[in-house]
Amino acid sequence: MESCAFSVQVQTGRFDAGSEMAALASRPDVGAQVCFIGQVRDFGDQSGVMALELEHYPGMTEKSLLAILDTARQRWPLSAARVVHRVGYLPLGEPIVLVLTASAHRRDAFAACEFIMDYLKHDAPFWKKEHTQAGSHWVEAKSSDQQAVQRWG
Amino acid sequence: MQLTLLYFARLRDQLGQDQETLTFTGHSVADLLELLRQRGTVWADALAVEQPFRVAVNHSVVHGPHPLADGDEVAIFPPVTGG
Repeated sequence: MESCAFSVQVQTGRFDAGSEMAALASRPDVGAQVCFIGQVRDFGDQSGVMALELEHYPGMTEKSLLAILDTARQRWPLSAARVVHRVGYLPLGEPIVLVLTASAHRRDAFAACEFIMDYLKHDAPFWKKEHTQAGSHWVEAKSSDQQAVQRWG
Repeated sequence: MQLTLLYFARLRDQLGQDQETLTFTGHSVADLLELLRQRGTVWADALAVEQPFRVAVNHSVVHGPHPLADGDEVAIFPPVTGG
């Protein structure tokens, strides 16, 4: 298993999910890929969200995401995994985060993808600010995100 | 010892700065927080024990009276909300 098959990236620009998946699909041991994309929706802590602004802690973010991928590899037989997370000003409908997992079998790829996303929301140092007609405010952390990681034991 | 302090998101807005270099004579994260709280009401409120902020030392989240060393980078930030 090559270490480069597990990678993370933080960027301001859009990602191309198709080409990201094609890169993982070229591995001969991959029988299943799962792709999760999170995007900006029009409600969050408040309704009428027009955009999100995302900031992060450079250095710690990448380290934290790689640690999550490492943990996922220990739990499931993954061939590859990749996380791309955007930062900066993201208008309604824009993609925010991409999580790809690849494995010989679909169950492992599904479970690992959900695990990575749950831990990303709990551990990775990103912060969202919502912009609405009425102004802007920092998004509050959710207890549901805490519960989401607890179920993995 | 010299520490680099970083503040993020809501805490940065509340405290009015994103980064500083501090000459520190204490020993731990607990000592550092106590020193920062003495800077005034804004600091005391933002870093009050009941506030849900997190502390990371050299990119790892720490808890309790974690020891500090010269050159450490200490980040203080709200619970994360990415994804």
